[in-house]
Amino acid sequence: MFRLGRKNRRITSAALRDSFDRRAVLIGGLQGTIGVLLAARLGYIAVGENAHYRVMAESNRVNLSLIPPRRGWILDRTGAPIAANRADFRVDLIPEKLVDRDKTVDALGQILSLTAVDIQDIKDRLEEAHGSQPVEAAAHLDWDKFAAVSVRQPDLPGVVPQRGFSRYYPTGPCVGHLVGYVGAANAKDYAKERNPLLITPGFKIGKDGLEKRFDAELRGVPGARRSEVTASGKIVRDLETRDDIPGDPIHLTIHGGLQDYAARRLGLESGTVTVMDIHTGDILALCSMPSFDPNSFSDGIGRVEWKMLSEDDHVPLRNKVLKGLYPPGSTVKPTVALSFLEAGLDPGESVNCNGGLQVGNRVFHCWQHHGHGKVDMMKGIYQSCDVYFYHFAQRMGMDVIAAMMHRMGWGRPYDLPLGSQSFGTVPDPAWKQRKYHKDWAIYDTVNATIGQGYMQVNPLQQAVMASRIASGKIITPRLMANTAEPGFQPLGVKQEHLDLIRQGMWEMVNGRGTGARARLDLPVQIAGKSGTAQVVGLNFGNGKGGAWKHRDHGHFICFGPFDNPRFACQVLVEHGGGSGAAMPIAKDVMTYLFDEQKAWDALLPMEAGWGGTPQQRMAAKYQTFAAQYGAAAPRVADGDAAVAKVEAADPAATAPLPVQSDAASPAPEPVSGGPAAAPVAGAAADAPAKPGRRP
Amino acid sequence: MNNSFIPDPFRLLPWRVLGPLTLLVIFGATVLYSAGGGKMWPWAGMHLVHYVVFLGLAIVVSYVPRDLFKRAAYPAYGALVVLLVLVEAVGRIGGGSQRWLNLGFMTLQPSEMMKPVIVLVLAQFYDNLPTQMIRSWRALLPALMLLAVPAGLVIIQPDLGTALAICFGAVVVVFLAGVPMWWFVGGGLGAAIAAPLAFFFVLKEYQRKRVTVFVNPEADMLGAGYHITQSKIAIGSGGFFGKGFGNGSQSHLEYLPEAHTDFVFATMAEEWGMLGGLFVLFVFFIVLFRWGMGVARRAPDRFSAILAAGMTATVFFYVAINMMMVMGLAPVVGIPLPFLSHGGSSMMTNMVCIGTIMAVDRWGRRSGRFSR
Repeated sequence: MFRLGRKNRRITSAALRDSFDRRAVLIGGLQGTIGVLLAARLGYIAVGENAHYRVMAESNRVNLSLIPPRRGWILDRTGAPIAANRADFRVDLIPEKLVDRDKTVDALGQILSLTAVDIQDIKDRLEEAHGSQPVEAAAHLDWDKFAAVSVRQPDLPGVVPQRGFSRYYPTGPCVGHLVGYVGAANAKDYAKERNPLLITPGFKIGKDGLEKRFDAELRGVPGARRSEVTASGKIVRDLETRDDIPGDPIHLTIHGGLQDYAARRLGLESGTVTVMDIHTGDILALCSMPSFDPNSFSDGIGRVEWKMLSEDDHVPLRNKVLKGLYPPGSTVKPTVALSFLEAGLDPGESVNCNGGLQVGNRVFHCWQHHGHGKVDMMKGIYQSCDVYFYHFAQRMGMDVIAAMMHRMGWGRPYDLPLGSQSFGTVPDPAWKQRKYHKDWAIYDTVNATIGQGYMQVNPLQQAVMASRIASGKIITPRLMANTAEPGFQPLGVKQEHLDLIRQGMWEMVNGRGTGARARLDLPVQIAGKSGTAQVVGLNFGNGKGGAWKHRDHGHFICFGPFDNPRFACQVLVEHGGGSGAAMPIAKDVMTYLFDEQKAWDALLPMEAGWGGTPQQRMAAKYQTFAAQYGAAAPRVADGDAAVAKVEAADPAATAPLPVQSDAASPAPEPVSGGPAAAPVAGAAADAPAKPGRRP
Repeated sequence: MNNSFIPDPFRLLPWRVLGPLTLLVIFGATVLYSAGGGKMWPWAGMHLVHYVVFLGLAIVVSYVPRDLFKRAAYPAYGALVVLLVLVEAVGRIGGGSQRWLNLGFMTLQPSEMMKPVIVLVLAQFYDNLPTQMIRSWRALLPALMLLAVPAGLVIIQPDLGTALAICFGAVVVVFLAGVPMWWFVGGGLGAAIAAPLAFFFVLKEYQRKRVTVFVNPEADMLGAGYHITQSKIAIGSGGFFGKGFGNGSQSHLEYLPEAHTDFVFATMAEEWGMLGGLFVLFVFFIVLFRWGMGVARRAPDRFSAILAAGMTATVFFYVAINMMMVMGLAPVVGIPLPFLSHGGSSMMTNMVCIGTIMAVDRWGRRSGRFSR
């Protein structure tokens, strides 16, 4: 082609035409070649690689998503739900899909009309979460709001509106410590168990309590949904759905109504109530109040909520019934007396109480400074005379007492699916030598004999003790209804001894004792024993008034009906100022077991005065806190970890006890003058100035 | 075929070409109908309206006498260059790149019109060039300058695809005009050297990414390689017979980007399969290879031969680059597929090219009839 012109120096237009023709053929050939190439390429992709691309198109088109399984219910002994699920509209956020976090959250806040506090909480949670771990933005939405988010979803990448089920605890805070709570899996959970279910929006795992312990049973099997989705993730239609298999329910021995009643009866106090069935060891109620509301924990712990709970001096995040340790005070006296009987002490043998007893070079006072006069064992129990026990404990020795305490189930944890238990101390000479490398002193015995000094127990242990005294058998507590009913071994003490102790406890409530305020207004009689445990030295005050933190703990243990014991109960009121605070609660709780209506009639007017149910009070408090601090409340670093830390941080459970070589001062018991005497209201009247260390 | 009921100007149109072309456009409209979610408007309907309107324009162009083509070449070129400068100026003032001039009643895209006009002006240039000078630098340098001005203006818009189309049409014209072959060989070598330099120093970041992604699209499937990957999935999943009309999941579920414009071939191939693709190729074969190049070879003179071949090459460039792009043989450049992609500007340019070839066809036959 380009040879043209070489032959003829003069290029003619004919030659150019010739050149054009040849070059046009070349161009045409090029076009043809490309055409063939394109056809070949088309064939290769469409036919040769068809299978490969068909799969890819299908995986584009079809989105497989897991449906979080409905969590198994937690049922009480009657089959009523303690934890259930309810249908729910929810909005989750997927951090890695968010384009502009703050903008998306703000936009969402506007659509859902969230408060500044809510928005701050969502942002906090987003900061902690990463990758595909979903963060709950809002739950329990009404249809209108849910629809509003769904409509705007294409403009809000990373926002997943979903309808599903959420955990619901009908009685909220009343079961908080018992069942724990659920929450979205965090990075640590996911690292432990690389299960895609954990990062499925809306899926919750058990974070605490029974929810955590029985997570595997409760969890269920996720369903799956195949749906056709657009490139932007909008679901066009569902193709097929495999339903989830709900988790198995777990059955508790708890009586839901009683649990609710007891928790509410504690009112504004910080305290515990435990009720056990003596025949089976079933725990009917296990309350620690105040508590958190597990309903509101499931979407993460917010700033205001955290501030509200962590600043409360009533420590709502601690399960006091299992992790709180308290000196049991005079509630140990029936057991101590029983140990004396078993060791051969004649119950008729008496001592003269004139308000105190010299032990070594110290004087140990009786709570009744005027003295009880001549006191035998029975009077020692129902009048709770300290001097009687000071006197005979020295004769019988600590080993006898400690052994009986152990037989009552103290000094060790029980086999319960409730996480760690603080089980306290039953001191004896060997223990003191081991722990403090010090010899046992006589005043240690004297202190222990009135439930002070080194002796510490958790409230559940007191309930177990009551049940064992009531039954004469080695009752162990049981929480899971589907476990075999245990056959209890006899305690191995003489029946006549038990009868005598029980008689003393009956007298305490129904006769000449100090427990008249626990007497039931029913044709049913209960037997019990009060206890007042000193919290701080007397230099802080007398244990009744003054700073709440310095007031005495009030205890009461009881069982009933007296003639045929069925229920054992324990009540603790932290810093209640004495056992007088615990007895009316025990009375109402025991009343509930025999006449629910009567019990409610007693509680409801009181509750109205306290500002409503625990849920209502918490809601009101939350509003106050939210108004006061708003989003400025300090952020929660890691909600679940923070809660765990508070639970573990019980100083009584972890710190070694101070060596107490002092005479513990028995706190005064409420006095009733005689069998017919009306209950003495308040303890101030009979609160004598208590001596401190004697010079 | 002498049917007196049909008026001559209509009857005498080259229906052997316009027939397949019309079928292709109607086919395009069905694809757009499906891509539009089963709706006629705006895509499918407008596509047909565009075709009918610009077919009229093509027929008008086909009646333009040769002399008018020749006389209009330089003024049209000059006017378009002025408009390109204007676009640039307005764009600068308005802040941001711009390809259109808003004239109030319509938007004008001068770079589109430059594609046929560069062919026209170069054909005119080589027709005027004394035969003897074809091997001298004077045959090349003015042509390069004629090309460089509009190409440069389009590149800075920036619109690489259109600039390349302008260049391709021009280079084909220069080649066919008969300039020495070794210039092209040398130019090719020069381009081989310049390409890497241009890659690193001239191309913008997003353009560079398109090239690297072209080499390995699967490396960044969700990012820069997304377009090409989704396009191949659409074509590949269609198979030989396609998924059927209205059943293309890639386009309907919006996985395929630009399903109605640049990637319309993929949209088509997903639903109509390789069969549809072969039909498209066949129509282009008839229109471009047989008719377009045929008209050029039979053209009565040098000007019209170069003009017809240049117009054919311009349309061909669109077809080739677009189809290579959607099938992963070329980097992603914003070039629509003639007669299938939705878009008025592109349809107008292509129909002007067709009309020009029709004009050359007419000139080739004294009778005013078209060949074939």
